[in-house]
Amino acid sequence: MTYLAKPKFHHPNLPKNDLGYTHRDYEGTVSTLCAGCGHDSITAAIIQACFELSIEPHRVAKISGIGCSSKTPTYFLGNSHGFNSVHGRMPSVLTGANLANRDLIYLGVSGDGDSASIGFGQFAHALRRGVNMAYIVENNGVYGLTKGQFSATADRGSKSKRGVTNTDNSIDLAAIALQLGASFVARSFSGDKHQLVPIIKAAISHRGAAFIDIISPCVAFNNHAGSTKSFDFVREHNEAVNRLDVISSRMPIEVKYAPGTVEIVEQHDGSTIALRKLDADYDVHDRSAALGFLQHHAAKGQIVTGLLHVEKDSDDLHAHLHTVDAPLNALNEKELCPGQAALDTFNASMR
Amino acid sequence: MKNTDISDPQYFHKVVDCQYACPAHTPVPEYIRMIAAGRYGDAYMVNWKSNVFPGILGRTCDRPCEPACRRVRVEDEPVAICRLKRVAADFKEDVTARMPKPAQRRNGKRVALVGGGPASLTVARDLAPLGYSVTVFDADAKAGGMIRTQIPKFRLPDSVIDEETDYVLNLGVDFRGGQRIDSMKALLAEGWDAIFVGTGAPRGRDLDIPGRKEAAANIHIGIDWLSSVSFGHITKIGRRVIVLGGGNTAMDCCRSSRRLGGDEVQVVVRSGFDEMKASPWEKEDAQHEGIPIHNFLVPKEFTHTNGKLTGVVFEKVKAEFDAKGRRKLVNAGEPDQHFPCDDVLVAVGQENAFPWIERDAGIEFDQWDMPKVDEKTFQSTNPKVFFGGDAAFGPKNIIWAVAHGHEAAVSIDKMLNGEDIADRPQPAVEVMSQKMGIHEWSYDNEIDLDKRYKVPHRDLSVALKDIKSEVELGFDVGLALKEAGRCLNCDVQTVFAAPLCIECDACVDICPMDCITFTPNGEEAELRTRLTAPATTLTQELYVQDGLKTGRAMIKDEDVCLHCGLCAERCPTGAWDMQKFLLEITYAGNSCRPPNPAHRRSAA
Repeated sequence: MTYLAKPKFHHPNLPKNDLGYTHRDYEGTVSTLCAGCGHDSITAAIIQACFELSIEPHRVAKISGIGCSSKTPTYFLGNSHGFNSVHGRMPSVLTGANLANRDLIYLGVSGDGDSASIGFGQFAHALRRGVNMAYIVENNGVYGLTKGQFSATADRGSKSKRGVTNTDNSIDLAAIALQLGASFVARSFSGDKHQLVPIIKAAISHRGAAFIDIISPCVAFNNHAGSTKSFDFVREHNEAVNRLDVISSRMPIEVKYAPGTVEIVEQHDGSTIALRKLDADYDVHDRSAALGFLQHHAAKGQIVTGLLHVEKDSDDLHAHLHTVDAPLNALNEKELCPGQAALDTFNASMR
Repeated sequence: MKNTDISDPQYFHKVVDCQYACPAHTPVPEYIRMIAAGRYGDAYMVNWKSNVFPGILGRTCDRPCEPACRRVRVEDEPVAICRLKRVAADFKEDVTARMPKPAQRRNGKRVALVGGGPASLTVARDLAPLGYSVTVFDADAKAGGMIRTQIPKFRLPDSVIDEETDYVLNLGVDFRGGQRIDSMKALLAEGWDAIFVGTGAPRGRDLDIPGRKEAAANIHIGIDWLSSVSFGHITKIGRRVIVLGGGNTAMDCCRSSRRLGGDEVQVVVRSGFDEMKASPWEKEDAQHEGIPIHNFLVPKEFTHTNGKLTGVVFEKVKAEFDAKGRRKLVNAGEPDQHFPCDDVLVAVGQENAFPWIERDAGIEFDQWDMPKVDEKTFQSTNPKVFFGGDAAFGPKNIIWAVAHGHEAAVSIDKMLNGEDIADRPQPAVEVMSQKMGIHEWSYDNEIDLDKRYKVPHRDLSVALKDIKSEVELGFDVGLALKEAGRCLNCDVQTVFAAPLCIECDACVDICPMDCITFTPNGEEAELRTRLTAPATTLTQELYVQDGLKTGRAMIKDEDVCLHCGLCAERCPTGAWDMQKFLLEITYAGNSCRPPNPAHRRSAA
C-alpha cells in the first residue's frame, strides 16, 4: 500500500472514451490494501472495463459486503453510488436496490469469505433469482484480514503459509453458480488482465445474473509454495477455454477472425462477444457439460478459466416478476396510488 | 530489445534531463533538494564545483536545463532552476572556508590564460589548486570579461561578479588586469607550458546600409555601447531609441536605454517575434518595461539631416518557405516604414576576432577564419595552445564557456602529465537506494500539479530610475521552498530487478503516468506502439528488463516517468527500488588520471 494519493498527473496522450473520459476518471481513492494484492489488479480491470464500455459513472451502483475484497469499491468509480453492507449480505442489499431502481448497473463485489462462508445462502439465492448484476468474487482462498486462515474456497490438500494442510473440501463457486442457474458464469485470474477485462465487460453487458470467480492471490498470506491460489500455481495450472473480445453495439465489427475459430454471441444490450475458442470441444452454452468439464479438470489440479457458460436469451428477476418498466423513483403519486377502484380490482383478483 | 545496461553512466544521466542538458552537467535535483532543506551553503558548493559562477549564472544563465525539465511534459512551465541557483547564492552562509586552498607546493608548470572571462576563470579554478602557476591576462582592470562588460548592472550587480571572480583569483591565480596580449608569437616565446585562449567574441557586427557613415554619431554598436555604459563612460541616450536586432544583447540594449533617458525605446527585428534569438524571459522583461518589439522589418536606410540621425527606414517583409522548409524573407508588398529616432543601437550579432594571433604562429585557421579546435579536447593545431568559450566555436553563453573551461583544464592537466589527452575518462557515478522504511524515502515523492512561482521584481518606477538597481529581487526563502518542491527528483531512478518480480501488476496499476508495461519483448519500433500508453518520444529511452517468469519483459517509458516512486511503494517484493544517481563529470586532477587501484572510478 501507499499513504500517498495517486497524483493527478496523467499521461499527456491518454485515450478518451465516447464520453470524453480517460480511464483515470474511473478511479476511486488510493487503495489501502497490501502492496501487490490481487484485488488491486481487479480494481484496475474494473476501471478499464467501465472506461472501455463508456459507462457513465453515476449510472453504476457498487455494492459490497465485508472483507479485503469488499473494501475495493472505494478504489474504483469514485463518482458512482456505493453501499458497503453487512458481512455476506451484499446479495440481498443488491437485490433490493435492483428492484427499486432497475435502471442502474449493479456491481456486486464480494470475496470468498463473504460469499462462500457467511453469505453462502445469500450468494445462492441472488443467483437463483436471476438478479441483473455482475457478481464479482475476489477469491484468494484465505481470510486475509484475520491473518490467513483457510477460507471455504481453499483447496483440500493445499498448504497454509505456516505449513498446515487443509483437510476440508473446497467450494467451487463457479460450479455452484452453474448449478444455481446463473446465466453468465466465468472464471479468471487477477494476474491476467487481457482475459479479465473483456470478461468483466461481457458480464456488465449481460442481462441476468452474471457471476465471475476471480482468483486473486493474497500476497501476504497465500502466495507461497503449497498454495493453489498463488501467482505461480495459477499461472502453471491455468486452463483457459477461450478468450473474448467484447465489441460494443456502437462500433462496427472490424476485427477479422479466421473462420471456424470464433463464435459470435449477441448480448441483450446489442453488444457482441467474440469468443475465440482455445478448447475446440468446449461449448459455452451447455451447462451440464461445463459442470463436468470443471470437475474433471479440478480433479487434475487444473484451474479452468474463461467464459464458462452464457445463456442465450437470458432474463432477469424483473422479467420473472413482471415488474413495472420504470424505476420506482420515477413513478409519480398517481401511478403509485392508483386509487380505490384499482385496489378493489386487485383485491378481487386475489379472492 | 536488449536488457537496458544501467551500469552505463550515460543511461541514467540522460534520464536526469536537466543535468544532461546542462553543458557543465550540474547535478540540478541534488542542489534543489539541498535548497528545500535550507542547506544553501551546500547547494552553493555543489554548484560552485560544477559551474563556478552560481550567483552570476543564477541571474543570467541561458538555462538549457529548463526546456529539458520533466515538468514541462505534464505542466506548462519548468521548475525555475536558474532562479533557484540564485537562491543558493543569496542565502548561503560564508563559504570562504569551504573553498579550496591555494596550492602549497607549485608543480613548476606555467599556464597562461588570455582573457579574464568565464572560460579562462574556469580553467584557472580547475588548475590553480593542483599546483599550476596560472596567469590570467585581461585588457580590463577587473576580471569577468563579458560578464562584467556586457551584462547590465540591473541584471547582475558588480558585487556578485566581484565575489565570484575573487573565489577563483584567491586560489593563487596571478591576474594581470589591464594587460592586453597583442601577439601570440610573443606569448609563445615566453615559454609557457600551456596557453589557453578565452577571449570571447569581442566584435559587434555592423550594419552597412545607406546613411551609416553620415549619421555615425548617433549609431552605436550594441556590445561596445553596453560596455561603455558598464564602465560609466556613457550615461545618457536620446529620448527616442531604436534597437536593431533580436538577441539577448538587443534586450540588454533596449532595457539599458530605458534607464538612460530613452522614453520611447523600440526594438525592431528582421524575423518574426517567435524566431527571435533572445530568450523568451528576456523578451518578456523588455516588454514589461514598456518596450514594443516590431517584427518582420528589415532596415534599409538611416535617415539624417545635417549629419544628425533622424530615423530608420524599414522594408516590411514576410516569411516564405521553400520546398526544403528553408525560410526566406520576401517583400510583403507594403510601403516602407520610417521610424523617427534620436539614437540607434545595432545589436545584430557578434563575431570572433583574433587580430593578435599571427597567422604564422603555428595555429591553423579554417575557412571562416576561426582557429581549428578539437571539439573534445579544445586543443588547437599547436599542441600547447587551447581555445574555449566563445573564442573556440563562436558566440554561445556563459555556461558553455564554463563547460569548455573544465574540458580544456582536463586536457592541459593530462598533457602536462604526459598523458594522451584524447583519452577522456568516464564521469564518476554513484547509485544509492533511497529507501528509509516501508513507505519512507529520503526524498519528497509526494508530487502534484503546482504552477511555477514568479520571482518578485522591483517596482518599475523605481527600477527604471537607476541603471544599477537590480530589477529581480530573487525568491525569498518561502517562495524558494515552494518552487524547490516542484522538482520531480529525476535523479532518483526507478531500478527494476526482474528476478524478484512476481508479476502482480501492482506497479502497472498505480503508475499515474501509465508508463510501465509487462509484455512480450520485441523490436523497439514495434514495442513502442503496444505499451500501456504508446511511447512516441523517440529521443527518450525505454527501460527494458526481461527474464520474468512468464517470459514477458518489463518495459518502462522513461519519457513520462515522474519518479514518484509509487511503483516501488506498491511493489510487494522490492523488485522496484528508487536509487539516487549522482554523476560528477571528470575534472582536472586525480579524477582524470588513468585508472589505477589507488583512484578507482566508481560505477553503477
